[in-house]
Amino acid sequence: MSDRTPALRLEGIVKTFPGVRALDGVSFDVMPGEVHALMGENGAGKSTLMKVLGGIYQPDEGRIFVGEVPAVMTSPLEAKAKGIVFIHQELSLAEELSVAENIYLGELPRKRFGLVDWARLEQQTNAILAKLRVGFDAKTRVGDLSIANQQMVEIARALTVEAKAVIFDEPTASLTDAEKVVLFDVIAGLQAQGVGIIYISHRMEEIFKITDRISVLRDGSYRGTVKTAETDEESVTQLMIGRKLDLSRNEIHHALGDVALEVRGLSCADLYTDVSFEVRRGEVLGFYGLVGAGRTEIAETLFGLRDPSAGQILLDGRDTVIRSPAAAIALGISLVPEDRKGQGLVLGMNCRDNMTLPQVDDLRAGPFVAEGAEVAIFDQYRDRLDIRTPGWKQLAGNLSGGNQQKIVIGKWLSMHPNVLIVDEPTRGIDVGSKSEIHNLIRELAAQGYAVIVISSEMPEILHVSDRIVAMYSGRIMRTFTAEEVTEDKLIQAISGLTPENVA
Amino acid sequence: MQPGTLSSFLKRGAIWAFIAAELVFFTVAGEFLSVSEKTFMDIDNMLLLFKQSAPIGIIAMGMTIIMVNGNIDLSVGAIYAISAIVLLDSLTWPVFAGLGDGVIPVAWGLALLSGVALGALNGLIVWKTGVDAFIVTLGSMLGYRGLVFMYNGEQPTSHLNWTLVDFAEAQWLGLHTSTWFLLGVTAAIWFLMNRTVHGRNAYAIGNNRSAAVNAGIRVGPHMMINFMIIGFLAALSAVVFYSESGSVNPNDGELYELWVITAVVLGGTKLTGGAGSIVSTFGGVLAIQLLRKGLTHIGADTETVNLVIGLILIAVLFLDRQLNVKGKEELKV
Amino acid sequence: MTAPTKEQVGGFLARQGIIVAFVLFMIGFSMANARFIDPDNIMGVIRSSAILGVMALGVTFVVISGNLDLSVGSMMSFSTIVVLDLHDKIGPTLAIPAMFALTLGLGAFIGFLVGYLKLNSLIVTLGMLSAIHGLTLTWSGGKNMDIADKEGTWFKVFGQGDALGIPVPILLFVLLAALLGIALAKTPFGRKVYAVGGNATAATFSGIRRARVVFICYLISAFCVATAGLIQASRSLGSQNTVGQGLELEVLAAVILGGASLLGGSGTIFKTVIGVLILGFIQNGLLLVGLQFYVQFVVTWVIIILAVWLDIAAKRGKLWSPIA
Repeated sequence: MSDRTPALRLEGIVKTFPGVRALDGVSFDVMPGEVHALMGENGAGKSTLMKVLGGIYQPDEGRIFVGEVPAVMTSPLEAKAKGIVFIHQELSLAEELSVAENIYLGELPRKRFGLVDWARLEQQTNAILAKLRVGFDAKTRVGDLSIANQQMVEIARALTVEAKAVIFDEPTASLTDAEKVVLFDVIAGLQAQGVGIIYISHRMEEIFKITDRISVLRDGSYRGTVKTAETDEESVTQLMIGRKLDLSRNEIHHALGDVALEVRGLSCADLYTDVSFEVRRGEVLGFYGLVGAGRTEIAETLFGLRDPSAGQILLDGRDTVIRSPAAAIALGISLVPEDRKGQGLVLGMNCRDNMTLPQVDDLRAGPFVAEGAEVAIFDQYRDRLDIRTPGWKQLAGNLSGGNQQKIVIGKWLSMHPNVLIVDEPTRGIDVGSKSEIHNLIRELAAQGYAVIVISSEMPEILHVSDRIVAMYSGRIMRTFTAEEVTEDKLIQAISGLTPENVA
Repeated sequence: MQPGTLSSFLKRGAIWAFIAAELVFFTVAGEFLSVSEKTFMDIDNMLLLFKQSAPIGIIAMGMTIIMVNGNIDLSVGAIYAISAIVLLDSLTWPVFAGLGDGVIPVAWGLALLSGVALGALNGLIVWKTGVDAFIVTLGSMLGYRGLVFMYNGEQPTSHLNWTLVDFAEAQWLGLHTSTWFLLGVTAAIWFLMNRTVHGRNAYAIGNNRSAAVNAGIRVGPHMMINFMIIGFLAALSAVVFYSESGSVNPNDGELYELWVITAVVLGGTKLTGGAGSIVSTFGGVLAIQLLRKGLTHIGADTETVNLVIGLILIAVLFLDRQLNVKGKEELKV
Repeated sequence: MTAPTKEQVGGFLARQGIIVAFVLFMIGFSMANARFIDPDNIMGVIRSSAILGVMALGVTFVVISGNLDLSVGSMMSFSTIVVLDLHDKIGPTLAIPAMFALTLGLGAFIGFLVGYLKLNSLIVTLGMLSAIHGLTLTWSGGKNMDIADKEGTWFKVFGQGDALGIPVPILLFVLLAALLGIALAKTPFGRKVYAVGGNATAATFSGIRRARVVFICYLISAFCVATAGLIQASRSLGSQNTVGQGLELEVLAAVILGGASLLGGSGTIFKTVIGVLILGFIQNGLLLVGLQFYVQFVVTWVIIILAVWLDIAAKRGKLWSPIA
């Protein structure tokens, strides 16, 4: 294989954003007919790299070759024309249109007078669907398909062009086992045609089953490529985690208080099942798992945004029903949500107003908002959290990600909550702010807050947590104490490997 | 059954079930309450129903495309009035005096052309400025209405051309001229939406705009063409109606946009775009007209029609939402 | 400090452009016709803008909360007809509160549908436009409504009277504008309106009850409409059923002209008042330079498109849209 020209080659790709070096000289290649895994933790630079390949970002340095030809892509369309095809994790389908129309979106075969050539469209589509061996036909409305079948439509799209390289981004996230088998067959078929495949996944089991080589990214830089046959899960994990300077393990402290929150047998529709845990004052409880494991949904239930279908929530030992965020806030529960811009902030509002939003009813002088008291609160938390902004009048939308996150944290700290839930505290935040936020979470616990941290980043969860709940597919697989947890145990627990073996 | 099949089936069939219910209700109720001697399901009455549906119906076909595409057009009433004035006025222009009845196709052409041009202007502004179609057409609804007044002050514009009146009042195979236009437009727009690349791309844009853009579909020209089509249809509606009536007041066509949108929404077209069917819009148009006629038939005051239609529109919106509620929905907007 | 960049100038114009345009416009018309800045003329313009203005105040709340209200014109006809009818039946003292209660009831119904049932406000208020029109016709039997004793009733004070030398309609407009302006800018409720319109999800995640906020916005809108109906009824002491027809769109035009975004979260009462005055002065100015009233439609069209266009152009930093 190695004497041939790579299907796709990256050479020293660098991409910087203000304050962040997102990609720092990434080079690797994919041979024709090879399945090449790309691994790395969240935030390691995978998605930035994919956007560079897809023509959404332009690299600052470095070159991309498709075959022997240097390729400059300025749009997703151009990338596709050059033979680089993406199977996205988020579906981009028009639900009201048929399978065939979605597959040939923007490229419907034409007859004269701008008419659609339905016969040709159907024939071409059915030929592609036959390869995928799916149970629906060209005329089916996409909105009537299951999520997995919609994903198949997305994959079918990739087969319409002479693809040189196909990139699968977490393709199995929503697939059942049977559907995975079909997907792997499709990948094998592409391989046989000499297409180079980049396969992005967190799931070790799959990686070891179908890939030929594995490349690893960490902190935006390339950490090497290994042959899958010559390595094992442990070594790959080592490459991914590395030795992070600032992220030591949490030092356990034992000044724990009473149980602030206890959850017993909580279930919510098919989102999560039979979840039980407790958090004490002075403790940080980490929730670790893959995206979609049910962690965020638990937080949303505790914050009154979802009604549980079974189970109990006990606050300070009292059985409690939480029907709305307003009720949750009144009970002393606060949530720093995962989607900072969509859920955490009103971007068109200034920093001060954002920070005092949950308590604006209480900050009153007569019928009016006591703006002086608001400014005082803002100043207090600006200093405490070291928020860098020209002043409170600055719109939240104009701040950097780290400072935005601090505004959201400040918003909830100023409420003096009993239980603080932080969902993905450092997503999309530069390294400096990350460690500040980690330290802050530790500090809060030391001051007696009960804190729940949900994170998809292992170093983060290891760094801040006193205990770690590992979730897989809506269930708690195991709860670790900081003393007993190891990285591989954790990875195995959240990958759905049998918990008995792990223990 | 796949998820979504039931609700989409219900939605597609709902408007016809509603029409059937109206027919049954008014027929039965008419027996007891009718102020007229005639039965409701009388052939002449039904033919008249089609004819009366035409002005709103023809524009509603255009509005369906616009809304499927993810836009809205509030200026159709004003375009309708301008085209009517151009039609009636140009019939009397001295330049065309030598043409005899040959002036008719010329006047029709000019009226339709002005509709297309005004639609194109809307489309161009939406495309090039990026201002929301709601605001653009809200503005042009005022602006075009101003043009109507500037043309002939507050006076009505009148001209009866008997050849034209005969044509407009003619019946062919039992159906009135305007009914044929409505049916023709419905068929043509159905064909456009279901058989042409333009129509399918319009659905794609309304359904998932970013996916359409990523697939290389050019959003701007498609929007512009659709605004030209609705301008054309608003003009066509005026041409058909005023060929017969022969007189247009500067206020004519006011609130047409509301009636048209009501018909389209009753027909199940989604406000957010991407979904909607021409046949169902046709049903929506008939349902409204049937309701108007039916209520009159059973002796209800005409004013009740507005009340009933408004409440039905809201009820449809409510039912639609209930059918689309997802089980594990979050408590947020 | 360096000289302001093009972006800063653009940003300033985007934020304060409407006021700049207003001032330029006033100067222009004053030079064209000296009568334009005559105090009597200015008073006259404000007076004739009062009805539109009062309605625009309420719609500003609805629009900032991220919704639309197309039913205000039809609702204003309803209020006018109802208060005129009840005037002779139960007397003005009872007719006015009764009319306010009925109008607020309509507002509450809309607020319930849009707030608590989360239905699309455009279609709900479109439906209500039609439904309320039907209600009005049913109430009046389709006939014009007139007060029997037009000379003797004190009821005419709201539309025709003066207090402290100021016409009462202007007084009502100014009072309501001040009251609602302060409510929107200074109270916790006003803050929540901005939050709900700016990002309803984030507002919910901050414990704000979105449904209640939206509901109250529609109540405020209905209250303003009732006030407008009162002024209208009192001014003419008789009315057609369609007196408010089409006003919903003029009101919306004034609110948009004032810079409120239809997406919600931005706008102020002060700027809406400016928007209302611009519409009023355009009409007046054009009349004074000898143009017909309908020329203002065309001018308003151009101004609305330009105002919104420049606003979003400044935000995206490009004049032309990126639509392919």
